[in-house]
Amino acid sequence: MDYFNETIDSIHQKLVAKEMSPQELTQATLTNIQRLNPHLNAFITVNDQAQAPKEIDTENPLQGIALAIKDNILTKGMKTTAASRMLANFSPIYSATVTAKALNAGMINIGKTNMDEFAMGSSTETSHFGITKNPWNTAKVPGGSSGGSAAAVASGQVLAALGTDTGGSIRQPASFNGIFGIKPTYGRVSRWGVIAFSSSLDQVGVLSRHVADSAHVLKAISGFDAHDNTSSDSPVPDYTKITPQVKGLKVAVPEEFMGAGVQAEVKKQIQLAIKVLEQNGAIVDTVSLPHAQYAVQVYYIIASSEASSNLQRYDGIRYGFRAEDVHNLEDVYVKSRSEGFGDEVKRRIMLGTFALSAGYYDAYFNKAAQVRTLIIDDFKKVFADYDLVVGPTSPTTAFDIGSRIDDPLVMYMNDILTIPANLAGLPAASVPVGFADGMPVGLQLIAQPFAEQTIFNAAQFLENEINFLQQRPQIGGQN
Amino acid sequence: MIDKKLVQHVAQLAKLEFDEEQLNKFTKQLDEIITMEDQLAQVKTTGVAPTTHIARQKTSFRADEVVPTNSQEELLQNVPEQQNGLIKVPAILDNGEE
Repeated sequence: MDYFNETIDSIHQKLVAKEMSPQELTQATLTNIQRLNPHLNAFITVNDQAQAPKEIDTENPLQGIALAIKDNILTKGMKTTAASRMLANFSPIYSATVTAKALNAGMINIGKTNMDEFAMGSSTETSHFGITKNPWNTAKVPGGSSGGSAAAVASGQVLAALGTDTGGSIRQPASFNGIFGIKPTYGRVSRWGVIAFSSSLDQVGVLSRHVADSAHVLKAISGFDAHDNTSSDSPVPDYTKITPQVKGLKVAVPEEFMGAGVQAEVKKQIQLAIKVLEQNGAIVDTVSLPHAQYAVQVYYIIASSEASSNLQRYDGIRYGFRAEDVHNLEDVYVKSRSEGFGDEVKRRIMLGTFALSAGYYDAYFNKAAQVRTLIIDDFKKVFADYDLVVGPTSPTTAFDIGSRIDDPLVMYMNDILTIPANLAGLPAASVPVGFADGMPVGLQLIAQPFAEQTIFNAAQFLENEINFLQQRPQIGGQN
Repeated sequence: MIDKKLVQHVAQLAKLEFDEEQLNKFTKQLDEIITMEDQLAQVKTTGVAPTTHIARQKTSFRADEVVPTNSQEELLQNVPEQQNGLIKVPAILDNGEE
């Protein structure tokens, strides 16, 4: 069964018309995953026991649709590892709110996707369960940290996947894999049951080939949750009511996003996409976000500090990896953590512990928190006059596997364009607009708090106009 | 400037340990990262309030009601070592002498 070019709506119609049964669809999805996983390693766990619904409710388009779930999102009774040795055998006793909401809406948890360990990374190379490969070119990384979710979607294994985005972990892999990916406003989606990395930045979002499919899933998982006091009680709009046009839309292009660090070929594709917006009635201006150049510095202090605190819970006592050959309680802590965490996680814990330690707190943590305020203020000024901030999602296309993993600074700089939206808690997405050197390029769209609809509308317009989806990756897409 | 002594001190705070080779690698990498972080000193922040959270939701009170929660059996499901429904750990102070 070829469902590569189907959407949630088109599948739903076929299910309702009984052109295919939910069982056939689920089986075809599992067969497809089993065929492609040895090549791409997008999944850590495949849900072979996935049960298709017996009947299809004509009013419920998500019913029977397979959802891939990033492996830092708890799924009751199904191993959830955060791609770490620390949690390699962890079986959650409850589901994350987003999992429960998606399943309640009728979706099928088809499996758990690979990622950078504890979502710390930009290439999915730090996973304890091996590297995920990019379906457009298997010598390239899929990006990260939601690299498994992005590769699973881009290769057509699933229509949609959940990811998490702390500094770009949905948008950057979406860009590298030629798909759509949205990180909603901080607070739009509950973080309960999502393995905490950086609590003031983490947000769950969706990846899909078609913009409208992400709108369906985001609508299902959004909303207030009493278990997460930072989740918002503002009403969830029907994101699926998309108006694909940009006439009169006020678009700001920050000059800092188009600087020297952006690859020339990437910049060219971004400029072409911006021209498409302009030719169709958008009002485009160049603006300045003067403090955006410090986003990486701010992020690595704040995210690492919060991570060092959040990851204290992994002590080898109540759950997770416990080292053997220990002689006292201190040994349990130190050896379990030292053997259970990988190098990138340790680097961030060390950086965060340093930034929070006596004598360094003011110079690093507090300073970063102050500059964060300035970055937020920069956005507020721009959004007083504009609907959307656009630019590249990533300064480059997908890089070669192994090319950056030994140089943390180069790897960190890769996130410079996605981090600002996390620091300010703004909704942001990446939509594919072209190719540079044979690999996909994503345009980033950042909107005001709770203006996800503005993003869906503009992204759907670009999907229709640029028609990127007629391209097929090297792996997958021919099921 | 980050040196090995400082890295070892931070490792102790973070309950991590490194062998000599790792210590050298982490000291070099953390030094490079902190050098990058020092660029923040260029930004004027006098009088700027720090942002430590960005929740837009107002916190609210809830009723203090007893609700069912996870069972002991469930909560012990992922415990590495247990005995008679209790979490088992090595001696706290000593080096394993019974």
